[in-house]
Amino acid sequence: MANSSKSFWRWFHQLGSPKWFYQKSAKWLPWLWAITAILFVFGLYFSLYASPVDYQQGNSVRIMYIHVPAAVLSMVGYLAMAVCAVIGLVWKMKMSFMAMRAIAPIGAVFTFICLFTGSMWGIPTWGTWWEWDARMTSELVLLFLYLGFIALHSSFSDRNKADRSAAILAIVGAINVPIIYGSVKWWNTLHQAYSVTKKGAIDPQMQTPLFIMIGAFYLLFVILVIVRLRLEVINRETKSKWLQEELA
Amino acid sequence: MFVTLLKRELMLARRNWVAILIPLFFFIMVVSLFPFAVSPEAEFLQQIAPGVIWVAALLATLLSLDLFYRGDYQDGSLEQLLIMASPTQVAFSKVLAHWLVTGLPLVLVSPLLAGLMHLNYAPDRELLDPNHTPVMMLSLLLGTPTLCLLGAVGMSLSLGASRNGMLVAVMILPLYVPILIFGSAVITASLANSGYNAQLAILGAILLFALVLTPFAIGRALKVAVS
Repeated sequence: MANSSKSFWRWFHQLGSPKWFYQKSAKWLPWLWAITAILFVFGLYFSLYASPVDYQQGNSVRIMYIHVPAAVLSMVGYLAMAVCAVIGLVWKMKMSFMAMRAIAPIGAVFTFICLFTGSMWGIPTWGTWWEWDARMTSELVLLFLYLGFIALHSSFSDRNKADRSAAILAIVGAINVPIIYGSVKWWNTLHQAYSVTKKGAIDPQMQTPLFIMIGAFYLLFVILVIVRLRLEVINRETKSKWLQEELA
Repeated sequence: MFVTLLKRELMLARRNWVAILIPLFFFIMVVSLFPFAVSPEAEFLQQIAPGVIWVAALLATLLSLDLFYRGDYQDGSLEQLLIMASPTQVAFSKVLAHWLVTGLPLVLVSPLLAGLMHLNYAPDRELLDPNHTPVMMLSLLLGTPTLCLLGAVGMSLSLGASRNGMLVAVMILPLYVPILIFGSAVITASLANSGYNAQLAILGAILLFALVLTPFAIGRALKVAVS
C-alpha cells in the first residue's frame, strides 16, 4: 500500500514536468490512437448498423450514440478543467495550467456537438430543434462558460496572469454548474430523465454500443487533450534546451 | 480596518456622485424603452414586467462595476489597499460599497418602474386590488447583492486584461442565469397569485452561498491583477 501510494506521487510529480510528459506522450499516442480506432470501429458498427431500431423513433435513435457521449464529455471536460485549475493554483504546477488551457476548446467543441446532435434529433422526435428546456439550456450555458473562459484567457498579454485569472473563473464556474442545472430544471423541462445506467430502462442491445461509444469518446478526448498539451508545451518551452534538441 | 475601507469607498463614491447616478438612470431608461418597443397596453406590459425589470437591473449592475475597480487599479491605489488589508477585506468592502450606492438605490426606485410597467394592473379594481410592488422590491433586495458579488469576480478577473468592457459581460452573464430565473420567478408567481416564498428562499440561499465563497475569489483575483 505504502509502496503504491509512493509510486503514485512519483508519477504525479513526473506528470508535472513538461519534458517528461513531452517525451513519454509521444510513445503513448500511437497506442491510444490504436485502441480508440478499434473502439470506434466496434462502437460505430454496433450503434449505426447492428443495433435494433427504436419502435417509435426509427433510425433517428442512432443519433443518441453520438449525443450522449458528447454530453458526458462536455461536463467531464469542464470538471477536469476546474480540477486542473485547483491543482495549478494550489501546487503551482506548470503542466496543470497548460492542461486547463488545452481542455477548454475541446470541451467547448464537445458541448457544441452535444447541442447540435440534440437539435438534429429533436426535429423528427419532438418536432422542434430548440426548446427552452432544463438540460438544453444548462448545456448552452455550459458552452457560454467555456467561451467566457477562452475569452478571458486570450485577453491577457502576460501568460502567467492569464493562467491564474482563468483558473479562478474555471473554479467559480464549476461551483455554478450544479446551481445552473438545478435552477433551469425547476424552471422548465422537456428532456427525458436520466436512464443510461438505470436497470431495465434501456435495452442491453442499445446499452452495450452506447457504453463502447462513451469509452471511445473518452479516449478521443484524452488524445485530443494530449495533442494540444504537446503543442502548448512546445509553445511555452521554446527557449528550453531539451525541446530544441527534441525538435532538431 | 474594514470600516475604514468601506468609508473610503463611500467617500470616493460621494465625490463622484454623478457617475453613481448614471446606472440608476440607465435602469429607468432601459425599462421605459419596452413600452415603445413592444406595446403600451397595460395587460401586456404587466406580463413582461418581471423579466424586463430583472434584466435591466442585471445590466445596470454589470455596467456600474467599472467605477469601483478600474480607477483604483489604474492609479495604483489598489496595490496600496492590498498591502494594507487582507484581499478578502478589500474585496468585501468594495462589494458592499458597490451594493450600497448602486444596488440599494435600484431597489428603492423600482416602485417607480413597477408603476411604469403597470405591475399592479387589474381589469376590475373593485374585485381585485393587487399589490405586487413589495414582492418585487423584496426579490431585488435579495438578488442584487448576489449580482454585485458575482459581477465583482468577473470585474476583478478582467482588470489586467487588455480588452474588458465586453469581456466581463461574456464571463459573468452565464453565471447570472440562476438569479435571473428565480428573481423574475418570484414576481411572476406573485402575479399568478400563487406562493412565492420558495423562490425567495432559493434567492436568499444563493445570496448566502455567494456571500461566503465569492469574497475569496474576488480577493484572489485582485491579487493576481496587481501582481
